[in-house]
Amino acid sequence: MAIKLSIPASDEAIRALHVGDSVLLSGVMITGRDAVHKWLADTFIKKTRPPQGDDLAVYQAIRPILDGGMIYHCGPVVGGLDTKQYRFVAAGPTTSIREEPYQGDVMRHFNLKGVIGKGGMGAKTLQACQDVPGVYLHAIGGAASLIAESVKQVLTVYKLDFGVPEAIWVIEVVDFPAVVTMDSHGASLHVDVREKSKEALDRLLG
Amino acid sequence: MRDLTQELLELVRLTSTNLPPDVEKTLREALEREEPGTAAHNALQTILANVEMTRRNSTPICQDTGTPIFFVRYPEGWSPRRLREQIKAAVAEATRKTYLRPNAVDSLDGKNTGNNLGDEHFPTIHFEEADDDTLTVELILKGGGCENVGAQYSLPSDRLQAGRDLEGVRRAALDAVWQAQGEGCAPGFLGISIGGDRGTSYIASKQALLRKVDDQNPDPRLAELEERITSEANQLGVGPMGFGGKSTVLGTKITATHRLPASFFVTVSYMCWAYRRRKMTVAGDQVSYE
Repeated sequence: MAIKLSIPASDEAIRALHVGDSVLLSGVMITGRDAVHKWLADTFIKKTRPPQGDDLAVYQAIRPILDGGMIYHCGPVVGGLDTKQYRFVAAGPTTSIREEPYQGDVMRHFNLKGVIGKGGMGAKTLQACQDVPGVYLHAIGGAASLIAESVKQVLTVYKLDFGVPEAIWVIEVVDFPAVVTMDSHGASLHVDVREKSKEALDRLLG
Repeated sequence: MRDLTQELLELVRLTSTNLPPDVEKTLREALEREEPGTAAHNALQTILANVEMTRRNSTPICQDTGTPIFFVRYPEGWSPRRLREQIKAAVAEATRKTYLRPNAVDSLDGKNTGNNLGDEHFPTIHFEEADDDTLTVELILKGGGCENVGAQYSLPSDRLQAGRDLEGVRRAALDAVWQAQGEGCAPGFLGISIGGDRGTSYIASKQALLRKVDDQNPDPRLAELEERITSEANQLGVGPMGFGGKSTVLGTKITATHRLPASFFVTVSYMCWAYRRRKMTVAGDQVSYE
C-alpha cells in the first residue's frame, strides 16, 4: 500500500518514511537538475558569483516552494512552448548522482525535504537527509509518459534560458509515484545493493 | 533523388514512442522472473505500462530522447549531403512535435539550440554506400544516463587482473555493469567492442546494439561470451533501477575489430531498458519500417 504524502511535508511525515516505502506525492514542486544546482550553489550558497539578471527574483520566488518542499531531477519534454500553454508530455527522472556535490547544501539552505530522481545519491546527501530531515525518492527511470500523467498543471517556468530540460518548471502533481530509497534514519538501498553486488562481483572475478 | 523528410520524421516518431517488439518481449520475460511485490517487480510493471501508454499516445517512452544516432546505407548515386539535410529537417520537426526533447547544448556557453541541431556531430550520422539499390536508415536514440555509464578499458588491467583475451573482456564487462549500478536505467543491454582505436571502438560498440535481442553471434566464441556475460551480470543482483533483483542485463552483443599491436580496447556501451532502435528501408517506391 502506497503512503500518500503531501507537499510541503512535515518533519514527522518525513521521519515516518523508511527505505522500501512506496509513496504517492501530491502538491507543488519544482524541477531542477545540473544547471539549477550549480546556479543555486554558486550564486546563493557558496556565493562565488554575484546574482545577475533575474537571479534574485527567481530565488525569492522558489524559496517558499522549496521550504518543506521537494525538487525533482527531471528534464521534461514540454508541449505548448509556442503558446506558453505549457504541458508535460514526458517527465521521467534523470540520474541524480550528478547533483551529489550540491544536493546536501541545497537541502540545508532551503529546508528541502525531498529529492526525487533516479539511481540514488551518495554519503553527503544521505547525511543531509538525516540532518534536515529529508528523503530521497526514486522514480522509475524512463517511465516518462506515465509519470507525466501525474503532473496536472504547469504553474510557471523560471530560467527558461537554461534550455527546456534545465529550466525550473513549477508543477502541481497528484499521486506522483516514487519509492523511498534513502531515508532520514541513515538507511540507503543504494549502499546495500552496491555492497552486495560487490561481493557477487568479487566471486565472479575470482 | 526523392525527398524523404516525412518518412524520416516517421522513423524518429516510431523510434521515440514505440519500443521494438523484441525488446518488449525481453522485458516481459524479466518481469516473470522477479518476485511479485518486490520493488524490482513493481519497477518492471511500471516500465511495461509506460511502454503500452506511449505506443497508444504517440508520446516519448523516455523524456531523455537522447542523442539521435543514424546509420545510413545509401545506393550509388544518392547524395549523402542531401540525405543529411533531410535527416536534420526531420529531427527539427520531430522536436517541434515533441517526439524529441531539445537536447543539443553548446558545450562552451550552455545554450540549448532548441531544435536538436548542433554542429556536424549532432545529430550523429554515419554514412556508407550500399552495394544494392536499397536505402536503409537505422536510428538509435541513446539517452544520457546510460551513455554516461559507458566505459572503455585499455587492457591489460592490473586492477581487474584482465589480460588481452576473452577472459579479460569478461572481467571488463562485468566491472562496467557493476560500476553502472542502476544509473544507466537497468535492466540494460550491452554493446561491446573489442579492438579498434578509442574512437572506432566506441562507434562499433554502438553498432553492435543494432542487432536483435535474440539473434545469434556468427562467431561461436563471441556467442558463448555474450551468453556468459549476460548470465553473470544477472548474478550481481543490481536489478531493475538498481533496486536489487534478478534482471540487470537482458542482452549482450559483442563485435571484434582489428587493432594495433600496442592497443587492446574493450568498449562497453550501456543501453538502458528503453532500447530505442528502429530501421527504415526504402526499396523503389516502397518505404517500410521495422
